[in-house]
Formats: sequence, C-alpha cells, structure tokens
Amino acid sequence: MRKLLLPLASLIILAMLLSACGTPSGGEIVEVEVTRIVEVTTEGETQIVSAPAPGYGEILARVKERGRVVCAGRTDLLGFGYLDDDGRNIGFDIDLCRAVAAAVLGDPEAIEIVPVTAAERGPVIQTGEVDILSRNVTWTSSRDSQWGNFTITMFYDGQGYMVRKDSGIESQDDMNGASVCVTSGTTTEKNLAADFRERGLDFEAVIFEDTSSVYGAFFEGRCDVTTSDRSQLAAIRAGADNPDDYVILPVIISKEPLTPVVPHGDDQWFDIVKIVMYTLINAENPAYGPITQATVDDILASDNIKGKTVLGVEGDWGYSSLGLEPDALANALRAVGNYSELYDRYMGPFGIAFTLPRGANEHWTNGGLIYAPPIK
Amino acid sequence: MTDAGNTKPAVAIVLPPAALKPIAWVRRNLFNNWFNSVLTLLSLGLVYFVGRAVLEWAFISADWRPVTHNPILYLIGQYPRDQLWRVGASLLLVSFLTGMSWGKWRGIMRSFALLLGIGLAILGIIPAGGQLGSLAVSVFLLTNLPVTFLGYLLGSRKFVTGSWVLGGWLISFLLIPFLLRGIGEGTMLPTVETSMWGGLLVTLILAIGGILLSFPLGVLLALGRRSSLPVLKIFSIGFIEGIRGVPLVTILFMSSIILALFLPPELRIDRLVRALIGMTIFSAAYTAENVRGGLQAVPAGQIEAAKAVGLTNFQTTRLIILPQALRAVIPAIVGQFISLFKDTTLAIIVAINELLNIGKSVLQSDVEFLQLQFEVYIFVAAVFWAFSYLMSFASRRLETTLGVGER
Amino acid sequence: MASSTSHRKSQDRKSIPFWRDERVLTAAAQVISAIIVIGGLIWIGVNLLEAAEQRGLSLGFDFINDPAGFPISESVIPYDDSYPFGTAFLVGLLNTLKVSIIGILLATILGTLVGLARISTNWIVNKIALAYIELHRNIPLLVLLFIWYFAVFNKLPPAKGSLELPGPIYLNQRGLYLSWPRLTETGGVFAVSLLVGLILAIITWVYLRRLRERSGRSTYFAGASLAVILVSAVLGLALSAWQPLWIDTPVFEGFNFTGGLRLTPEFTALLVGLVMYTAAFIAEVVRAGIQAVDFGQMEAAKAVGLKPMQILGLVIIPQAMRVIIPPLISQFLNLTKNSSLALAIGYADVFNVGRIMINQAGRAVPVFGMVMVTYLALSLITSLIMNLYNRKILISERAT
Repeated sequence: MRKLLLPLASLIILAMLLSACGTPSGGEIVEVEVTRIVEVTTEGETQIVSAPAPGYGEILARVKERGRVVCAGRTDLLGFGYLDDDGRNIGFDIDLCRAVAAAVLGDPEAIEIVPVTAAERGPVIQTGEVDILSRNVTWTSSRDSQWGNFTITMFYDGQGYMVRKDSGIESQDDMNGASVCVTSGTTTEKNLAADFRERGLDFEAVIFEDTSSVYGAFFEGRCDVTTSDRSQLAAIRAGADNPDDYVILPVIISKEPLTPVVPHGDDQWFDIVKIVMYTLINAENPAYGPITQATVDDILASDNIKGKTVLGVEGDWGYSSLGLEPDALANALRAVGNYSELYDRYMGPFGIAFTLPRGANEHWTNGGLIYAPPIK
Repeated sequence: MTDAGNTKPAVAIVLPPAALKPIAWVRRNLFNNWFNSVLTLLSLGLVYFVGRAVLEWAFISADWRPVTHNPILYLIGQYPRDQLWRVGASLLLVSFLTGMSWGKWRGIMRSFALLLGIGLAILGIIPAGGQLGSLAVSVFLLTNLPVTFLGYLLGSRKFVTGSWVLGGWLISFLLIPFLLRGIGEGTMLPTVETSMWGGLLVTLILAIGGILLSFPLGVLLALGRRSSLPVLKIFSIGFIEGIRGVPLVTILFMSSIILALFLPPELRIDRLVRALIGMTIFSAAYTAENVRGGLQAVPAGQIEAAKAVGLTNFQTTRLIILPQALRAVIPAIVGQFISLFKDTTLAIIVAINELLNIGKSVLQSDVEFLQLQFEVYIFVAAVFWAFSYLMSFASRRLETTLGVGER
Repeated sequence: MASSTSHRKSQDRKSIPFWRDERVLTAAAQVISAIIVIGGLIWIGVNLLEAAEQRGLSLGFDFINDPAGFPISESVIPYDDSYPFGTAFLVGLLNTLKVSIIGILLATILGTLVGLARISTNWIVNKIALAYIELHRNIPLLVLLFIWYFAVFNKLPPAKGSLELPGPIYLNQRGLYLSWPRLTETGGVFAVSLLVGLILAIITWVYLRRLRERSGRSTYFAGASLAVILVSAVLGLALSAWQPLWIDTPVFEGFNFTGGLRLTPEFTALLVGLVMYTAAFIAEVVRAGIQAVDFGQMEAAKAVGLKPMQILGLVIIPQAMRVIIPPLISQFLNLTKNSSLALAIGYADVFNVGRIMINQAGRAVPVFGMVMVTYLALSLITSLIMNLYNRKILISERAT
C-alpha cells in the first residue's frame, strides 16, 4: 500500500486537474453556463471557467463574470499609456479600453491594464489572455491573420526618424553609417532595415527589448538616430530634458495604422469593441452636436433625434444580439468623451502629454481619415 | 627520597606561541619575501585609490534622490496606498511568527528575529522622503520590534509545541497572499491584482514561494530518479537534465508565454503565478541534483539495517534516508536558495515588477533621474548583497548547529 | 522446537493476499506510473495541437527560408534583413558561442588568479580576493550587467570625444576600436605556415618529452619546439614577400569609426560582467581544489627541496586538477547559459534573436523549440566532455 502512495497521489491530482477542465472543444455554439471553481493551487488563484471553446459570446460572458475588462497596454508611453502621479493608468489607448468597459460594464474604472513588452503583444492576444490589445499596434495583414481581429484604426500614424538637431542630418541620405536605436519585435525594425537597404545605405542597428532602453540609449548618445511611429517620437521628445535639441524629420517611411485588437474566434466581442469605437468617432460629427462628454445627458433629455440615435437610445443598433444595454454607448461617451476630446486631452493644444497636430487623424468632416459607419 | 646531588633537569617549558606583536605580524604576513612586499605595496595602493573613489562617490557626489524620493516604491511597487494596512498586517504576522520561532527553538532563530525587528525599527527611524517618512509608517515599523518580543514570550511558554509554530507558519503562507490579493469589490478586502504588486514584496514572494514549492518537488524528483519504476526514473532523469540544460530565462519565457498554449484555453493563470511556476520548476531540478548527492552519501548499511529491523520502503525513506541525506547537503541546498533569490531579478524579462524593474522604472519616471543609473543599480545591488550575505552566514551557523560534517 | 518448525511450515502454506504481495504491487506501481506520466504528456500534447488549430498557430518549420526582415546589431557572418530566418538564428548562435568561448577563457584566467590570491599568505592580497569573491557571489548577474552596461559603458564619451590610447585604440560609448592586424593577399600563406609550424612544434614537444622520459637523456624539447615555430614563421614571412599583415586602424568617418576591430559596448559589457561574475565562482573552485590536496604533499615537496613555483606546478596543481575540473566545467556551462541575459542589454545572442523571430515570424513554438534544443545540445556536449574526462581520471588513479 505504501509503495502506491506516490502514484496514487499523482493520480488523484491529475484527476482533479482533468475534471476541472470541463468538456473539450466541441465547436458548437451552446448556452454559456458559467461555473467558477476557485482552486488555490499555488500562491495565487486560478479561475477555471467551464465554457465551450472560444466562440460567440464567450469573451463578453467572461468579462461580465470577472467584473472587468483586461487590456494589454503600456504604462510608460506618454500620451498613449502611462501612469499619472497617483499611479492611475491614463492615455489615449487606455481611454479606449475605458470606453469599452463603460459600455459593457457601466464603469470606466473596471479595467485591468496588463503591461506587455512589444515582443509579447502577439502571444498575449493569441492566447486570449487579454480581451483587448490597445497598445500602439500597427495593423498589418500578417498580424491580422496571426494575432487576432483588428477592430478599427483609431490613430493613423507613420514611421519617422528623430535625430539631434546638431547632427546635421536632414534626410535618410545623410544617415549613411549612422547608429540607429530601435525596439525589437516591431514593424519599425523591419521598415528601418528595408528603407536603408533600398537606398543602399549602411547603418548600425542598436536593438533593445524595451522601449525605455531604446530612448535612454538615444538620449545618452549611443546612437545618432532613433526611429518609431511619429506619435511615439513626439511623446518621447516631449519627455526629454530639452526637447528643442531634438528634431523629428519630416519623412514618413511607412503607414502605421494603430488599431485595437481583439482575439480571434469571438465575433460578438469584435462587434462590441468596433461599435464603441464608431460611437466615439460619430459623436464628433458637427451634424449631431457634436456630442461631448458634458452634453451627453442634455442630448439624451432633448428632442435631438439624430443625436439620440448616435447615443443608441433610439432604435435597435444591435445591442440585443450583442448582449448590451441600450445606453451602453451613452455610457462610453460619458466616460471618455468623443474622439476629439479624447485626442485633445492628451495631444491637443492643451494636451497634458504633448501637442501633435491631428494631421491624418482629423475627422472626415474636416478632411481627415477618421470615419465610422453610422449607428443605426 | 631526594638525593642532594640530583639536580632536576631543567625542563624547558614550551609556551604556546604568543600572539605576534603588530610589527612582527606585518613582517610575517605582508612582507615575508620581496614578491610579497611588492604585492602588498601594490594592493595597498589599489585599496587606497579605489576605496577613496568609492567613498567619495557614495557620500559626496552621488545623488541619491531616486532612492530617497519615494523609498516605498521599492518595497511594494504600485500597491494602492490606502490598502497599505494589508501589507503592514502581513509584516506584523511575520514578525510575530519569527518571534514565536525564536521562543520555541532558540539558536539561530534568535538572530533572525532580532535582525528583523531591529532592522525594521531602523527603517522606521531613518528620515526618508515620500510615504516612508510619514509618522504613521514610522510608528508602524517600530511596533514590529515589540510584536517580535510578544511572539517570543508566547513561543517560550511550555504548552506551545513545535507543531503549533509550524502550523502558524503554514497558515500564514496561505493567508498572506490571500490577504494581499483580496476578495472582491465592496468588501473589506478589495481585490488588488498581482500586477499592482511590486518591488521587494514581489521579490520575496517569488523567492520564498519558489523555495517552499521547489523543495518538496526536488526531493520527489531525486527519489524518482533513484526509483526502480522505469517510467518514473526516465521521466525524472529527462525532466532534471532537460531543465538543468537550459537557462532560467527560457524557462520563465516558457512558463509565461508558451505554457498558455499547453493548457486548455479556459485556464488563465495569473502572471505572477506563472513566473513562480517557472522559478519552482527550475529550482526543483537543481535541488533534485543536490539531494541526489546526499542520497548517495547515505551508507548502504543504514538501508540494510532498516530493512533488517522491518521498516517498509516508505518508512525507511522518511525516517532513515532523508534526514541523513538532507543534513549532508545543507550547504548545497542553501546555496541553491540563495541563487534562487538572486535569480528573481530575471523575472524582469517577463514583465514582473520586482525590485530591479522598479529601479529601472524609477529612472525613467523623472527626467532628472535619467542619468542616475549608478546610484539606483548600486542600491539594488546592495539590497541583494545584504540579503544574500545574511543567508549564507545563516547557513554556516545552521551547519554548525546541525553538526554537518561531524556526525 | 519441533512445534515451532511445524508452526512455521503451516504458516508458509498460507498465501500472501495479492494486495500485499510485493510482486503484484511492484507491477501495479509500474503500470500506474506509466499511465500517469504518459497520460500527462499526451494531455499536454493534445492541448497544444488543439490550441494551434484553434488560433491558427502554425507548428511547422517552413518559415526557415523566408526572409527575416529584421536587422541584427552585430554578426560574425555577413547578414542583413534580406537573409532568411535560418541565417538569423545562426547569427545568434555564433554570437552566443563567441561571447561564451572568450568569456570562458578570460574567466578561467581571472578566476585562477583570484583563487590563488585567496590562498596566498599575504594577508592583504588574501582579503582583497575575499572581498572580490564575496561581492560577486552575492549580487545577481543581471544587476551586475546593468551596472556595467548602463552605468559604465553608456557613460563613456561620445564618438567625437573618444578616449585615445596608444595603438591607436579608441574608447567611446559606441565601442572599443582596436588597431588590428589583418592578412594581406599573401598573408594567407603566412597564416598557413604558422599553423603548420604550430602543429609540428606540438608534435616535436610531445615526441621529445616522451623520448626524455624513456631514455633519460635531456633532449631540449622546449628549445626544439620553439625553433620549429620560429623557422616556420620566418619561412612564412619569406614566402609572403615579407608583408603578411597590415594594420587596420580605426578612422572616424561621418558618424562612427570605421576600420580596425570593433567591440561593441553590448558585447564588452556582457563579456566583462560574465567574466567577473564567473571568475568569483571559479576562484572558489580552484581554492577548494588546491586545498583538497593533502598538506603532506606540500611538506614532502618542501623536504625534497623543490622551490615554491615548482611545488605549485609539479605537485599541487596536477593533483588539484582532478578535483577542480568537474565543477570548473559546470561553471563553464553556467557562463554559457548566463549569456542568455544578453537580452537585457541588447546583445544579439541566440535567445534574443529567437525572441525577435517569434515576434516577426509569429511562430512561438517551433522557434522556442529551436532555442531550447540549442542550449540542451551545448550542455549535453559539455557533460559528455566532463564524463570522458572523469572516466580518464578514474582509470589513471591507482586504487587506494
């Protein structure tokens, strides 16, 4: 009997683990029955949710049951995802997450920001560990096929170069033989190499895993040039000791449509996030107001049919099949404001991070690329 | 009868060599031949220059603001400041239990308990900026010392047995993570996600958790390696050699990112727990090798005698083999624990906010701190050095207490 | 007496119930453990395949020949972003080997010196060595690397204001630029003749030494080997028209120095950190090995009249080697594995390149498998070498 103790114990543990995993993937769409088995196996808690394979409705159910939306974001990029003095997560990307949380759970604070490095972005959304990846992610075809579903571009950016003003560099051709600091695992890296190779120029790549080391090295003088999305360069430049010593070159070497991503396999969640984004964009349309954070309640109480449609309280904009309340969109707007408020909060003329002209990010009514389908 | 003609032979009384007078000592140890003299002069020069440069830097030209500005960041990271009482309660619990262990077992536990109490008291007294300098925090840190003494008083009572103290420790190890993490909103213990934990708190959790979990696993693996069941043996050998052959960063990377693919999609494991799993697996393999050495050192006669007396395999292992084996490899095991403690810094690669990562983020938090890398990293190094040195010192004391190498 | 034997006999005839029978229990334990272990592995494998299918993760290796698309900061072989992923991985591997091999050599030298210093009779040298060892053994390697890279190497003057050392050797925050001899076109002949000379010299040495041991005559083997090398060197020089090498000096052009031999700060910081860290452990190993040699050996050698250096070289070190080599080799292995920390300071070793590949190719599992297999292969080779050495030592020792 004693000799069997070890194998028996392992058998019991294995049986427990196996039983906790529920049914294997069946592929059919079933009623989502959520049972929570909280097992304290190690120092933390594992939440095991018995549910069918990832499919329609799974993520929303998980979010509701968990009580918060898990977003992969940044905590160190001024303007997009960083911490304020109280340690609260703020930023453009973070606010997009808050908008979704407000729409789905009614509380913009019901978010959990998971900081990930650039190299971990793909795996973290592939495994479904986070619900939204809102982290300066460039929409590319390969990523769309491998990582997850890309919702709608919220920031049209391009890759550029930043140099020291006294280096005398004015274009790529002046950069032959220069040292360039870049983050690993990004499209930036590839575009940089391609750009230099096409021009027949040489460069020395100085590659780091985390962006803070990249810019730290640039400011120390380890390299002559640094390259990234121009918005990121602007953010970094604003946070430098003396921003006027640095210049962002006017060249743009690639398209960088920055888009929030959701995991593959759940169309409901995909639609939910997209529609929240549409609302933020549509609210800026002067034909409807524009609807701002402050005027949401006024418009809800008024007779403005167009405004109320955009806010989702007139007619069915699809909330029933999405499992949301009709006032979800109004909640989202109330939480973060419309697109221009969102943008200006961090990057406007009085932005708390820095100032970057909207450029391609203007509303389509002003000739920019920010456009969304109607809510109806 | 004494013979007047017999003189007692003069017995030369041989005195033990007196401690050398300073001059003699210097001549013997430092200048006994020309080569040594040259070396001594060179070394003295080296010590003087380096020592002076270091002291000058440390006390005069170094800007210690990144450390003194907000020391509490290094201790607990982003843990919400209004929930600080939970960390405080955990610390009090640990102080109390340490005092109790001192009361029960004396010996080296006295050094631990006093070190903890006095260390925290010193931390409370020194002036520091930020939250740590506030009166409440200082007072709290100072109360840890009397709590330790309370524990001592309780532990030295006759009715308190060793199992009580051990039970207390066990409960606290389960209670503290639960206390820190909380239950849910609206209750007295709102949830604090592990992504908010940081600094020394996370380092200690990874290290202590890793040690506690890897030790039994390592012993099991070592026993499995020696077992006669071929499947267990092959699996143990494969596991041990496989884990030992790869660097820790790859194991952490695997447990953080790849593991999610091996498990069913519904299982979402906390990031900190994943890092903990990685460290446990790694440490278990090395512990298994150390324990294997110890198992081999147990004389075969012991096993034969045990069988002759009629003990079963399990009893033999538990009562005869393991105690002797483990005592023999205490130096190696403690060495492994110290390595594990230092290796918690590698968790920075999988975005865990431990002490080194906090140092790094402090450097980036303020433009003025950007150039002060030396100060911050030396501080982090000093903290690690202090802990590691204390642990190896404690291990040496433990060895003499347990009589390693003597019986 | 008779009653007890008959009592025993009747007891023997009772059969042991199967749930207490050793043979049955052993067999059952084997079967159950087999089920658990193999079952567990299968469960993991099935989950992996399921996850791969569900999320569209590819597990194949077909991406190896696709262009990598990303640059690598330094490389021993020619590489740019148009080369395939396979080449990128090879670049990473060569970088790991480069830093490991040089690191092992330097760490052994430094570690031996510190170890000898640790047992020196000179009190101050002894204590300095102790301080060095205790310092490096108690701080994490990653912190040490951060200090060396971010706090030291990054703070060197910029390229324009480099420190200039005689050589010329330039030291700045972009690296260490050495004037380095390079082979001319005729230099190949010189290199070959030197190599041949070296081999011949080794053969001469071994042969003449054996001859001396067998016959007792003095054969001046050292002098002869030296002569062989010199002759082949002169021959090589002559054949290469007396101009085998030219000195490549670094010249500042545009943004950086070109020419010469360049050691990047990433490589240098990693090398220095690894060497200093591992040397502390090697010092302890060397110290333990030398102290393991019986003190009587030392006394006997002194009694016979050998000088201190001779004692060290002829008596102590050969015997200490037996104790030193196994842990020394595991320290070499540790250094190689620790080189994976290059990730944190931007040196492109195999783990770093692997991580980039995972992200750029989107193939987490196959690339990760490649990285693990690489490290496993390295440690397997090292263990084999150690086992071979161990076996050789065991045979040559006389049975005590």
